[in-house]
Amino acid sequence: MPYTHDLGGTRHRFADLRMVMAMASPHRSGDVLAGVAATSAEQRVAARLVLADLPLATFLADLVIPYEADEVTRLIIDSHDAAAFAAIAHLTVGGFRDWLLSDAADGATLAALAPGLTPEMVAAVTKIMRNQDLIAVARKIRVVTRFRGTIGLPGRLSVRLQPNHPTDDPAGIAAAILDGLLLGAGDAVIGINPAGDSVAAAHTLLLLLDELREAYAIPTQSCVLTHVTNTLQLIEAGAPVDLCFQSIGGTEATNRGFGIDLALLAEAQAATLALGRGTLGQDVMYFETGQGSALSAGAHHGVDQQTLEARAQAVARAFRPLLVNSVVGFIGPEYLYDGKQILRAALEDHCCGKLLGLPMGLDICYTNHAEADQNDMDGILTLAGVAGVNFIMGVPGADDIMLNYQSTSFHDALYLRDVLGLRPAPEFEAWLLSSGITDAGGRLSATPARLALPALLDG
Amino acid sequence: MAELPARLAALTQARIGLGRAGQALDTAATLAFDLAHARARDAVHAGFDVSALQAAFDVIEVRSAAPDRATYLQRPDLGRQLPAAEAARLRPTGADTAIVVGDGLSATAVARHAVPLVRALLPILGGRLAPVVVAHQARVALGDAIGAALAVDIVVMLIGERPGLSAPDSLGAYITWQPRPGRQDSERNCVSNIRPPHGLDHDSAAARIAWLVHQARARRLTGVALKDESAARPRLG
Repeated sequence: MPYTHDLGGTRHRFADLRMVMAMASPHRSGDVLAGVAATSAEQRVAARLVLADLPLATFLADLVIPYEADEVTRLIIDSHDAAAFAAIAHLTVGGFRDWLLSDAADGATLAALAPGLTPEMVAAVTKIMRNQDLIAVARKIRVVTRFRGTIGLPGRLSVRLQPNHPTDDPAGIAAAILDGLLLGAGDAVIGINPAGDSVAAAHTLLLLLDELREAYAIPTQSCVLTHVTNTLQLIEAGAPVDLCFQSIGGTEATNRGFGIDLALLAEAQAATLALGRGTLGQDVMYFETGQGSALSAGAHHGVDQQTLEARAQAVARAFRPLLVNSVVGFIGPEYLYDGKQILRAALEDHCCGKLLGLPMGLDICYTNHAEADQNDMDGILTLAGVAGVNFIMGVPGADDIMLNYQSTSFHDALYLRDVLGLRPAPEFEAWLLSSGITDAGGRLSATPARLALPALLDG
Repeated sequence: MAELPARLAALTQARIGLGRAGQALDTAATLAFDLAHARARDAVHAGFDVSALQAAFDVIEVRSAAPDRATYLQRPDLGRQLPAAEAARLRPTGADTAIVVGDGLSATAVARHAVPLVRALLPILGGRLAPVVVAHQARVALGDAIGAALAVDIVVMLIGERPGLSAPDSLGAYITWQPRPGRQDSERNCVSNIRPPHGLDHDSAAARIAWLVHQARARRLTGVALKDESAARPRLG
C-alpha cells in the first residue's frame, strides 16, 4: 500500500513499504544503482518521517518480500516470537528508537527482546538513527559464544587471523599464521579463504591448521572458508572441521546464487555438530554477509541493501553461529562508494546484528577503486571498537594478497585493544601469557619470545 | 617482543615480520603501504592516453554511457552501454573478429601492455580483423555492444583489471563468441593477469588468446563449455 507525507505544501508519495524503507536510508551508491534511492534530500527525510510514525507491528503484516515467494520471509515470520515482541508491540518505529536509547533498554532487556524483532524492524529503526545512536545502542548488547574459547565478553576484542595466500601454499600460510600469533591475533578463529575450490586442497589446509593448533595447544578454532557443500565432503572424508563457513544473503534467490538454501545450512550445521570438537561450547557456524550481495545477484526484489543485509542476519541467527561478520567494504564502490558510506554500513550492520542477537564482527575493509584509505579504516575501526564489536580481521600488514583488498592488520587490532583497554578472549589471553608472547600486563613482551617452529617451517 | 624468524618472510608475499612503533607499524612499513596504495589509486584514476594505440594501429574511438570516472565507478551498468551516437561510428565491414581495448579499472595496465599485446595478437588471430576499437570508461560487457555494431563473430576485449595493492597494472582479455548485449559472464573465456614481468608475458598471453579464438571459431561458442587450461577466472568488472 502507498504511504504519503505532506511537507510545506509538497506531498511526498511512496509506492509501498519497500520504497519508504529504501528512500529513508542514508545515501549510498548501491541503492542508486538499484533505482530505489531517494532523489532529493527532502524526500529522504519525508520517508524517515513516514517510517517514524509506523507501528512496529506493520512489519509483521506488510512484508517487503511475499511469504509465498521467499523462504527467508517464511523463516522470519514463522520464527517470530510474539511473546518477546509483546513488550514493544505498542511502539512506533520512532518510539522504538527513543526507547532503545533510554536506560530502560539495558543489555538483559535487549537480549530477551531479540527473538521478537524481525530484520525489517531493526533495519527500519536504524534508518532513523544517527551514527552515535548505532554505537550507543549496540554497545549495550553483549552476545557471547563459545567453542574452544569464549568470544564476546565485555571488555574483550577478538581477532580472526586471516593468513590467505594466492596459491594456498601451506608454508606461506603457516608463516603468516605465526606472524599473527606472535602479534596476539587468532582468538576468534584462524580462518583461511582458499584461493581455489578444491576439496583436496582444503583438506590439506585443515590438517595444517589442526597440526599447528595442537602443536602450540592454542585455545582457538580453525576454519577453511569454503562452500558448505565442500565442508560436508570434508567432514565425510574425516577432515578436522571445527567450524562450518558460508556466505549468506537476505533472499531465497540470493542464497540460490550462493548455491545454498536453509535446508542445506541445517544439514551442514548438524554434520559439524556431530563432530563434537568444541570444548567450551558447540557454536559451530561462521557466516559472512555484506550489503549489496542481493542486487549483485539480481535477487533484491526492489528492497534496499541495508534491509536485505538485516534479512541475511536473520538467516544467520537460525543456526546459532559462533561468528558472524559483515564484509563491509569488499563489494566495491558501486554499492558503497566511499569511506563515509562504508562507515555508515559498518555501524548499521553491527547494530542490527546485535539487536537480532548475533555475535557480530566486522571485516573493516576497502578495495582500491573505492574512495577510501587507511584513515577511513582507522575511523571505522575505532568506532566499531567503541560500539563493542566482537571481533575484527587480522591480515598481515592489512594487505590480503589473495583476495586483493585491504582489511585490518594485526597491528590495527593491537592499537584498538590498547586505546580502548580491550583484552583478548580469556582462554587465549592466558595462552599468550604462558607462551611468553605477552607479559603480565597483557602487552607484547619486551623480551623476544620464540615459538618452536613446526616441522613444515623448520630447517 | 616476539620475533618472527626473518627467513619466514621469504615464504610469502604477505606483509609479515613488519616492524612496530608502539602498537603501530613503523615508519618504513607505513610508507611502503602508502606507496603501494598510491600506485593502485593512480591506476584506477589515470587518464586513458590513446596516442600510443593511435600511432601503432588503425583505431576507432568510442565512449560508453558513463560520462566520467566517478559515474563509471558507481554505475557499472552505464559502462556496459554503448550510446547510439557511438555505435553509429561502427559499421559492419565484412570482418569476423574484433579487438577492443578498454580502460576498465586500470588505464595504467592498458598503457603498459595493450600495444605490445595487440602487436603479438594481429599475426596469429586469423580471420578477417576489424579496425582496433578503443573504448573509454569501458566494462567488459561493452564489447558485446561493440561486437554487435561491427557484426563480428568474435570480440577480444582487452581491459584493465581491478588493481591490487601489489598488482596495479594487470590486463585481462575476454573472448566472446557472437557478442551481443545481454551475454552472461559465463559465456566468455578469460585470460587474466597479463602483467610482465610478474604475471603472464605478452607472447604467452597472445598465444593463449589465439588458441581460444581458434577454438571458438571451430566450436562456435565461448564460455564455461570451452575449457581452457589457464588459471581461474577473475571477477568481471
